[in-house]
Amino acid sequence: MKFLSDDSLDEGPESMVAIGDKKVSRRDFMKFCTAMAAVLALPETFAGTIAEAIEKKQRPYVVWLEFQDCAGDSESMLRASKPTISQIVLDVISLDYHETIMAPSGKQAEKSLMDVVKNQKGKYIAIVEGAIPLKDGGVYCCIGGRTALDIAKEVCGNAAFTINVGSCSCWGGIASANPNPTGAVGVGEAVPGITYVNLPGCPMNVENVTATIVHYLTFGNLPVLDSRHRPYFAHGKTVHENCERRAHYDAGQFVRQWGDEGHRQGWCLYEMGCKGPVAHFNCPSVRWNGATSWPVQGGHGCIACASDHNWDVAYPFYGRLPKVPGFGIESTADKIGAGLAAATAAGLLVHGIGRAISPKKDKEEGGE
Amino acid sequence: MRAVEDALGITIPDNARIIRNLISGIQYVQDHVIHFYHLHALDWVDIISALKADPAKTSALAQSISDWHNSSTSYFKGVQDKLKAFVEGGQLGLFANGYWGHAAYKLPAEANLMAVAHYLEALDWQREVIKMQALLGAKNPHAQTYLAGGMSIPIDPNSQNALNAGSIAFMKKVAGEAHAFVEKVYIPDLLAVASFYKDWAGHGSGVGNYLSYGQFPNDNESNTANTWLPRGIILNRDLSRVHPVDHSKVTEYVTHSWYEYSDGDEKARHPWEGETKYKYTGPKPPYEYLNTDEKYSWLKAPRYDDKAMEVGPLSRMLVAYASGHKRVQEVVNHVLKTLGVGPAALFSTLGRVGARGIETLVTAEMLPVWIDQLAENMKKGDLKIHNGEKWDPSTWPKEAQGYGFYEAPRGSLGHWVKIKDGKIENYQCVVPGTWNGSPRDAKNQRGPYEEALIGTPVANAEQPVEILRTVHSFDPCMACAVHVLDPEGNEVTRIRVK
Repeated sequence: MKFLSDDSLDEGPESMVAIGDKKVSRRDFMKFCTAMAAVLALPETFAGTIAEAIEKKQRPYVVWLEFQDCAGDSESMLRASKPTISQIVLDVISLDYHETIMAPSGKQAEKSLMDVVKNQKGKYIAIVEGAIPLKDGGVYCCIGGRTALDIAKEVCGNAAFTINVGSCSCWGGIASANPNPTGAVGVGEAVPGITYVNLPGCPMNVENVTATIVHYLTFGNLPVLDSRHRPYFAHGKTVHENCERRAHYDAGQFVRQWGDEGHRQGWCLYEMGCKGPVAHFNCPSVRWNGATSWPVQGGHGCIACASDHNWDVAYPFYGRLPKVPGFGIESTADKIGAGLAAATAAGLLVHGIGRAISPKKDKEEGGE
Repeated sequence: MRAVEDALGITIPDNARIIRNLISGIQYVQDHVIHFYHLHALDWVDIISALKADPAKTSALAQSISDWHNSSTSYFKGVQDKLKAFVEGGQLGLFANGYWGHAAYKLPAEANLMAVAHYLEALDWQREVIKMQALLGAKNPHAQTYLAGGMSIPIDPNSQNALNAGSIAFMKKVAGEAHAFVEKVYIPDLLAVASFYKDWAGHGSGVGNYLSYGQFPNDNESNTANTWLPRGIILNRDLSRVHPVDHSKVTEYVTHSWYEYSDGDEKARHPWEGETKYKYTGPKPPYEYLNTDEKYSWLKAPRYDDKAMEVGPLSRMLVAYASGHKRVQEVVNHVLKTLGVGPAALFSTLGRVGARGIETLVTAEMLPVWIDQLAENMKKGDLKIHNGEKWDPSTWPKEAQGYGFYEAPRGSLGHWVKIKDGKIENYQCVVPGTWNGSPRDAKNQRGPYEEALIGTPVANAEQPVEILRTVHSFDPCMACAVHVLDPEGNEVTRIRVK
């Protein structure tokens, strides 16, 4: 008897598919396309469309620039699992410039960059990691004697479009946190008029980078973006909406102390300062490192790392969010909370049912 | 974290210490392998030459140095075919414009093919083994489970939402895979490559002073000196004596850095009194040159007791070796004997590359030990992960100050904090990149990169791969510019290193 298994996708060792000039196994290739359809929130049947689109095209040229950054997004890129980094750089894209992992340095590296900018003008994809400082003529980030702004204008200005990876290139990230001493901004603000996608996060989740590129290759356009240039497929919902601990929130089961019974049982981290209700990111569904974990699974609240200027607006990390609007069961919870609020000072930081069934300590943990 | 815990007098629970050791340990192992294969190997390995290799001879070579399973003729033929299709496809991507064919590349074609195969294997391996850090730290990079006072990852053998026996099993499996690759692939490759580049034991020596804060605490005291990799200082390449480390002797100059100090730029300041006030005096961009007689760097110049120090795996291994660390001594002696060189060879570019491999192996061996410690605590019912006594700022003194010592994979990392009225008053980080990449100080003493490059032979100034070998051997955290000047001071070429 033959059982249907993962291997039934395999048509034998000779079944190879050509991608550009390369060959990969049909099984691996279809797995990748199916995963991409999932990340893009498309029906699985779209895997075929994605596969067809990739097979037809020459690998798109990609250049990766680093400015005020920590290379965390580059590291994140190396952790890609769907597809893997070697599949990405050998099969999906032609990554011609990336300071950290490319073979050449100096003049030869510059040649790689300029070859793409000149020969593939208007056709290549620019990926930018890191913020661009505008203060004092841009002296706070110079590469080879040129300012980050000067380089971004030339490279992003001549690209088909730009993908900003990580919160720093989206809106300045940690470099732009108050008081923003170097005048750091994101690429969209520094180089007005370009077409760009923001993939924030600290770092970005690499599965969303790949999905954006595949979306472009498959449909010939960019995914639909929100007002902050983030794709809906990755940032269309809050962390709270898809959180695995949502049921505990609705039931008013909250962690009170690190390591307490509720913490060990995976209860809601709202009272420990979780910013999930105001953070838009697909962290809970895509997760990290091949879906090994994500912050809430690790027992720590969300810090809204993919939200605009989170260091200034989602702080302190361990301070509880003010009243979170809810629906369904929470509207009841909220009313209970609202009733209690009248009896407490200033009506701040009220949620409700958790407070109703389990008296909180006098002070907010984490201190404000 | 440690600086804040030190300032507030917080002792962390034993489980937090173990989890931190595991997060740091797997990072050492993964990061060092990535450095060797993906950030440094192409300075020694000519990828294009691998096309000329005989897969059967490559297989014989691989089997002669290791019993790693991927070693058949057909395996290497497959890698070569993949490489060939890639090169002939005309889109060379990351490998375009490399220094392929340069006379400084010494490996036979077969060794190059073996290295290319392992370059690709290591890319897959690193993604898998770092899952141990993702489990304990919630994600990688940028782990998110650190708390002042402990960790946020819960432990409970009877919960599906906490570290349990399944997590122990998962970590054991990952630790096994991590160790196997290091022992059977990385170390044999390192020795094979090094045997063709022994002349690099005579280049890139640097300042000759080596600092280690010590890493992997054995107890829970704040900044304990009881660490598995010992704390200490080696001065003037003298392995007969290990000097103690006193944090009050760490200072930073800004004489040649684009900052200014309130009492003048000639005097160094301890980080508790540290100031970070920008003062850019360099040329208006775009520019070609920086004048090194003036201020020329965004890095401050850290000094210990007024001396420039090298930090990183070589420093840690030298301090451990000289301190009598048995396992480190065994592995160092084995490597020296295999290569037929003496301990003096350690003070070099090759020594730096070798020490990184040695540290990877001995650290990979420790991962199961720490995992067992965690399991043992779980068994005893010790589930504590956080000390919350000082979690609420109202419990803090009006003023406090502290420091924290840590060894990141690329070297000594110190944080100094001053707290006043529940807020940070001053926070200074003295990081590995500033120790090694330090500009000159008020006495015009050079830092390790600058000193190490003196005397480096460069066969072709237009393709100075030799410079990359020494700078990359430090595992630099940034792009830096090296200008190659001829004896008359005219610039021949300029390279950027990342």
